[in-house]
Amino acid sequence: MGLISDEYVRLLGAWPSPFVLRTRIALNLKRVPYEYLEEEDTLNSESVLNYNPVHKQIPILIHGNKPIRESLNIVMYVDETWLSGPPILPSDPFDRAVARFWDVYIDEHCFTSINGVAVAKDEEERKAAVAKLEMCMALLEETFQECSKGRGFFGGDNIGFIDIGFGSMLGPLKVLEKFSGVKFIHPEKTPGLFHWADRFYAHEAVKPVMPDIEKLVEFARLKFNTSIFK
Amino acid sequence: MGETEEVKLLGVWYSPYAIRPKIALRLKSVDYDYFEEDLFGSKSELLLKSNPVHKKVPVLIHNNKPILESLNIVEYIDERWNTSGPSILPSHPHDRAQARFWSAFVDDKWFPALKAAAITKSEEAKEKGMKEVEGGLLQLEEAFVSISKGKPFFGGEAIGFMDICLGSFVGILKAREKLKGEKLLDETKVPSLCKWADQFLSDDTVKNVVPEIDKVAEFLGELEVRAQLISDFKNLRSTFKSNGRVM
Repeated sequence: MGLISDEYVRLLGAWPSPFVLRTRIALNLKRVPYEYLEEEDTLNSESVLNYNPVHKQIPILIHGNKPIRESLNIVMYVDETWLSGPPILPSDPFDRAVARFWDVYIDEHCFTSINGVAVAKDEEERKAAVAKLEMCMALLEETFQECSKGRGFFGGDNIGFIDIGFGSMLGPLKVLEKFSGVKFIHPEKTPGLFHWADRFYAHEAVKPVMPDIEKLVEFARLKFNTSIFK
Repeated sequence: MGETEEVKLLGVWYSPYAIRPKIALRLKSVDYDYFEEDLFGSKSELLLKSNPVHKKVPVLIHNNKPILESLNIVEYIDERWNTSGPSILPSHPHDRAQARFWSAFVDDKWFPALKAAAITKSEEAKEKGMKEVEGGLLQLEEAFVSISKGKPFFGGEAIGFMDICLGSFVGILKAREKLKGEKLLDETKVPSLCKWADQFLSDDTVKNVVPEIDKVAEFLGELEVRAQLISDFKNLRSTFKSNGRVM
């Protein structure tokens, strides 16, 4: 009697991608068995072009033979399809709207600021990008305090949508901290986030799939041949 | 029926994003108070208080709690009033993922390309941009045919999430046709979308919510004049400056 959730699951991804990481954490949280396929060259990969002709990007979740694209979309899909296991999005419609809002913010502002620092061509550009990123961190610290209400995660007692959305950015943030000398997640300026990061890294759904920082550093150095990485 | 629901919507009449929650609220037969914001003038206290991060409309305020971002608001309305009216998002997780994917395509790729092509002064960039917009419409035509399976809307028999998302831009497309003679909804290229667009505009939940095409065309025309004036002023000022005069 095939349940839809019993159909074969494959994930096309790339190990350095924070977006792929989100989907792996979600699948781990729900204990979904899946086959992970590392795509070395996404632009020329037949599978990627076949399953995501519109954007030609990973991650792509293939469930049965149906592709689901876009990391946050995939996380929501996993949450809605595998109903046993902890919920990723909260149940109350208002809390869900808040969670969705912050993950969009993380993608549109936080991630673009991280990129902004990495690709900055000179000191002036970098300073501006750093300032923007610090502003994002301050806002997320506030959000953490509001959402966690004294508990360990944005999602409360367990990791949720915002934890996954933002936690996947911790690797790139640490890489930037190493090169820029700026501590974006700071024990005094963002104490909530500082301790949350350790808890996130230690979570059983996260630990096995979080990329090694040294490897990420090397990857960044090769990818961004900009001043910050020299 | 218990508690009084206080629903407020902050918007501007010309914004396609503000149209979206209006349609959703009508689908669910929810009464609300509408507040028109003056974004060219000064933003209201209520707006600044409810959306301090982005200071943008639309904002839905339900029993004093603000919900932001148009599609987020639509999803909230669908979930909060889930026992009333049709489901806005499909029920099957895969179909929901499809709806979210295509709406992200419209908002993050397609409409920004149209906006950029409309604003740019470079003929080359405009041509390239419009090609991207037309290409996007072809992809949406394909998506519509596959998702609707012969029914009138992306959502099937009734208006759904993707209809609301893309439908909110139909007014602008028709207005641009009037203003510029630019036929993006071309029956020879995207016949199903053309039919869908007319069906969308004549639906009861949409009819009195989408502003009149003439009004939108007038507004777009005014925006263009304003943008031209600003650009002319900037050019004039830099000419004066380079001639050693301060303005």
